Amino acid sequence: MTTGTPVSRPTVTPTALTKGFWEAAARGELVVQRCSCGQLRHYPQPMCPTCHSVEWEWVPLSGRGSVFSFTVSYKAFHPAWTGRVPYAVVAVELEEGVRMMSDLPAEDTDAVAIGAPVEVFFDPQPDGLTLPRFRLVRGR
Amino acid sequence: MSPGGTCAIAGVGNTAYTRGTDRTTLDLHLEASLRALADAGLSPSDVDAVLPSASAGRSAEDFITNLGLRDVAFAPTAHMGGGSLLCSIQNAMLAIDAGVASCVLVPAGRRGYSGERVSTGAHVVEPLMASVAEFEWPFGNTSAAQWFAHAAQRHMHLYGTTSEQLGHVAVTCRAHANLNPQALMHGRPMTLADHQASRMITTPFRLFDCSLESDGAGALVITSADRARSLGRGDAVIAGVGEAHGSPPTSITQKAEPAVLDAVAVAAERAFAMAGITAANADTVLVHEGFSWMVISCLEAIGVVKLGEGGPFVADGNIRLGGSLPLNPHGGALSEAHVSGVNHVIEGVRQLRRTVEPERQVPDCATVVVVNEGNFFDGGTLVLRKDER
Repeated sequence: MTTGTPVSRPTVTPTALTKGFWEAAARGELVVQRCSCGQLRHYPQPMCPTCHSVEWEWVPLSGRGSVFSFTVSYKAFHPAWTGRVPYAVVAVELEEGVRMMSDLPAEDTDAVAIGAPVEVFFDPQPDGLTLPRFRLVRGR
Repeated sequence: MSPGGTCAIAGVGNTAYTRGTDRTTLDLHLEASLRALADAGLSPSDVDAVLPSASAGRSAEDFITNLGLRDVAFAPTAHMGGGSLLCSIQNAMLAIDAGVASCVLVPAGRRGYSGERVSTGAHVVEPLMASVAEFEWPFGNTSAAQWFAHAAQRHMHLYGTTSEQLGHVAVTCRAHANLNPQALMHGRPMTLADHQASRMITTPFRLFDCSLESDGAGALVITSADRARSLGRGDAVIAGVGEAHGSPPTSITQKAEPAVLDAVAVAAERAFAMAGITAANADTVLVHEGFSWMVISCLEAIGVVKLGEGGPFVADGNIRLGGSLPLNPHGGALSEAHVSGVNHVIEGVRQLRRTVEPERQVPDCATVVVVNEGNFFDGGTLVLRKDER
C-alpha cells in the first residue's frame, strides 16, 4: 500500500452545465440529463442530438447496471493510483441505457467481467467532490 | 466527388528517431521540413501553405518565423488527434485543387519520449477531452492505453480475439523494423513468447502491444501532381483521401460498439471511392497503430476482412512481408517510431519510389493505403498510387 500522503484523484471543476450532476452526487443521488423529448443523455451537453431541444432536466437513475467494458490497469497512469495497482476501470451500462465510467473497489479487481452486475455507491473525496462509483453486486 | 490524382507528395523528410533528445519539438519539425523541401527540389520560398500539427502544439507562426516564409495563404490546423495528419493531407489537396495554395508543407511528430509523453500525461490535451477529463479521469481512466483497452477487450469478448493474435501484430512489426536501420527497434528481435512475457500494462495490452514513446519528426511537401512530375518527384500521387467523424465523439466507451471503428470504415469508403479502388487493390497497408489491436480493427474497418476475422488474419501471417497483404513494412509506431503517423506516409512514398531497403520493398508496389484512427475513433484514409505517366 501507499506510504506517505496519498495523492488526490484528478480534480473536477464543474461547469454551469455539469454542476447539477455533482451536486446530486453529493446528496447521494445519481442523475443524468433528460431531454424534453424523453431521451436520456450523458455526458452532459446543451442540446439534444435527436430533437435539438435545449430544454432538459436532471432525473435520478436506479444506480444499477452491468459492466459494458473494462480494463485492469497494472500501471498507475496517475499518481493517485500509485501503490493501488492493479485496479479495474469499467464502463457501466445503466439499466436506463446510459453509460458511465468508474473504477471498482480493490476487492472487485479479480472478479471483473463484461456483463457483471454493478451498483452505485458514493465516495466523498478530500477536495469536497463526491464521486458516484460502482461496485460488483455479489451473489445474484 | 472530386476525382483523386490531382496532387502528389513531392517531398518527404524526417529526423532521426530517438529515445531522448535535447532538441525542442519545433527544432525537430524545422529539420524535417527542410529535408522534405530539399527532397522535393524546393526551398522555403516556394511554400505558400503550412499545416501545423496540433498534437505537437505547433502554430503556423512557428514556421513563418523560422523558415522565413513570406507568402503563406493557407494555414489550417487539423484537430483529429492521431488522425490529424491525413486530415491535413486532405486540406492540402483541397487548397491546391481550389487554387488557394500550390506548395503545402505538412510537418508532424513530437518528443513522445522527452517532451509530450503520453504515459506521463505530458502530451497536448485537446478541447475534445473535456468530457473525459470531467467524467473519466477522476475514476482512473486517464490514459490512451486504457481507453483503447476497453475497445480491445470488447473485441475479444465479441469475436474471441486473443492476446496471441495481438502479439502477431507486434511480432510482425518488429520483424519489419529489423529490416529497417532507422527503426528504433532495429537489431532487437522479438518472438511471440517475448510478447507474451512482456509485462501487462492494462488488460489486454502488454508492453509490446503499446507503440513506442519516441522523439522525432517528419514532413511532407504536397504540390499538384503535374508540378511534382516536373520536379521528378511524381511517384506518389494522392489517388484518394477520406475523413470521417464518428458519433458520439465524447469518449470511446460512449460509442454504440467500441469494438468497431465505424468512422474509419466511412473514411476508407470515401478514399477508395475517390481512388476507384477497393481494399483488395492495396499492395501494402500502413496503419498508424497506437496499439497492436488497432491493426486488427482497422483491417476489419477498411474491408480487408470481415468483422471479427482480423485476429486470425494477422495470426496466419498475411501481414508479413511476403504475405498476402504486407503491413507496416517500416515497423510502424510499434517498432519504427511513433511520430504522429508521419513515418507511415513517408514509408508509403518511399515504397512507391523503390527507395527502401530491398529486403523490405513490397514487390511491384503500386497502391499504398494509409489508415489513421484519431481522437475517439474518428478516421482518416489515404490512397497513394504510383504514377503511371
